[in-house]
Amino acid sequence: MDEPDSTGRFGTFGGRFVPEPLMQALMDLEVNFRKFWSDPEFKGEYYDILKNFGGRPTPVTFLKNMSNDLGVNLYLKREDLAHTGSHKINNVIGQALLAKRMGKSNLIAETGAGQHGVATATAAALLGLKATVYMGAVDVKRQGLNVFRMELLGAKVVPVESGSKTLKDAVNEAMRAWVKEVDDTHYCLGSVMGPHPYPWIVREFQRILGSEARSQIYEILGGKYPNYVVACVGGGSNAAGTFSGFVDTDAELVGVEASGGAALTYGTVGVVHGMKSYILQDEVGQILEASSISAGLDYPGVGPEHSFLKENKRVRYETATDSEVLSAFKILSSSEGIIPALESAHGLAWIIKASRTGEISQGSNVLLTLSGRGDKDVAEVKEMVDRGTVI
Amino acid sequence: MLENLTKKDLKPLVVPYITGQMRDDWLDIIYQMANAKADAIEVGLPFSDPMIDGPTIQESSKKAIENGATTDSILDGLASLDIDCPIYIMTYYNLIVRVGIDRFVERVVSSKVKGLIVPDLPLEEIDELNTATRSAGVSQVLLVAPSTPDLRMASIAKRSAGFLYTMGLMGVTGERSSLPQSALETARRAKKVAPGDLPVLVGIGVSLPEQAREITKYCDGVVVGSAIVRRILNGSKIDEIGEFIQSFKS
Repeated sequence: MDEPDSTGRFGTFGGRFVPEPLMQALMDLEVNFRKFWSDPEFKGEYYDILKNFGGRPTPVTFLKNMSNDLGVNLYLKREDLAHTGSHKINNVIGQALLAKRMGKSNLIAETGAGQHGVATATAAALLGLKATVYMGAVDVKRQGLNVFRMELLGAKVVPVESGSKTLKDAVNEAMRAWVKEVDDTHYCLGSVMGPHPYPWIVREFQRILGSEARSQIYEILGGKYPNYVVACVGGGSNAAGTFSGFVDTDAELVGVEASGGAALTYGTVGVVHGMKSYILQDEVGQILEASSISAGLDYPGVGPEHSFLKENKRVRYETATDSEVLSAFKILSSSEGIIPALESAHGLAWIIKASRTGEISQGSNVLLTLSGRGDKDVAEVKEMVDRGTVI
Repeated sequence: MLENLTKKDLKPLVVPYITGQMRDDWLDIIYQMANAKADAIEVGLPFSDPMIDGPTIQESSKKAIENGATTDSILDGLASLDIDCPIYIMTYYNLIVRVGIDRFVERVVSSKVKGLIVPDLPLEEIDELNTATRSAGVSQVLLVAPSTPDLRMASIAKRSAGFLYTMGLMGVTGERSSLPQSALETARRAKKVAPGDLPVLVGIGVSLPEQAREITKYCDGVVVGSAIVRRILNGSKIDEIGEFIQSFKS
């Protein structure tokens, strides 16, 4: 996957649709990222922290029981084992280091369920930066434990009362806050979305996930790449990192969206949060709220590079329903001893479905990025079990 | 040829803002604004995700959307007006993209709207819309901010039509109790680089007549948004709104 063009576009998607007061900051960010991402000292520090603090490289695990049942060889790239429990750490360490190099002392971030907020608070604590996390008031209520986690890590959590009080509004509020504090503050955006250069920067910081997976699975398969490489897509950062490792192989790449937040599958092209991409919107152009079982995929847009990869057909995008996801969540837990994040369970749900229908042919090698662990979701799933929503 | 706003006398230019359809009598308020000698009126199309707007204009946008406001309904309303005062539409870019650039500009022209202000369209992204607005004779007003360097400010001013919208501070729309130093400084810089016939108006954070008097020592006029919108939200009567606008002219 290449650099975007000089206007920050992947094909026709991306760009910088932001108010003028943010333009200088975005241009500075691009210049600094370009400079430091080719600086061996910066890269050395980034890799060192991800290894000795972040727990990288994460392993690739063969799922023996599920592979037997499904008749395919199923492998997981284990981002659930990275520090803070998801791939988010890769991006925040990179951005926090970049912020320090740029002389910024504060980080601001948006968060939905709290994963990116916790990761940002963690990176800030490690590197001596001040973190402020914007979180929709509805999500603050739903994810009390993650709010406490962020506070424990020294971050300030600001409940967002505007709009629908969820992730999309947290992004708006973080942008508004950034306009005011742009001099000494870096906006640590959590996914491959937003205005250029964020989709590119975040993908580059997630590239480590894909590069590791590429060499690990190549060795495991005795010098071959898998037939399928699968990842879940909300904003799309774990998928972008994963696909960057396999885009030049023969592997079929599959991104799986939540059926209630499937911008690529059901959306139309529009402009929100500084980018041109597929988004969920009504007929007059108001942005719709996404809604699924996993807060991390409840985003009405998607990173512009995914829109590009959809249009040039290098990646196919599929969906999974809440009930398919819950079933996959339970199967992985009980048959393999791994409780997945509900986000990642979307990828697994599609693999189970496609293996059973024969769409993935028997004997295929399939790699799924398990973007995070499911501890955060256990309480919510228990509630659904108690209510009888699932068995 | 695109027309710029021109001063009729020595008084500063005053451009009040209202979010379209935020109150049932919004068209009457626009008439009153014109009667109160507004030099132009900025009408906002409400958007669900207004990135550069503070709580007051967010609230008015929410109200308008709840009242059933759409791009079409607001433009239809404006088309029905019979006033001399030029109307400028403020909209986030997605509402234009949704309709389609050419169709949107056609609709704007048929509604007798003079110009467009699109706050999430910086210089680097204006070309596609600008091609359409120029050939249709619609003025595209561009924005500069305190963070905009001089050279860039000059490039933006050169492409701006109608007037140059100068953001007085680094922040979102909303009332401020006093005029920030950045407003004076930015107004002065903008005036220096703007072509002579392009008026420089300062918006964001200009909420009171005395603030307007102070800032217009350095520029040609002001845009008053949140201070008016708050009054409309609070149920101010139409003539009170008119008086408030007139107080900027005295």
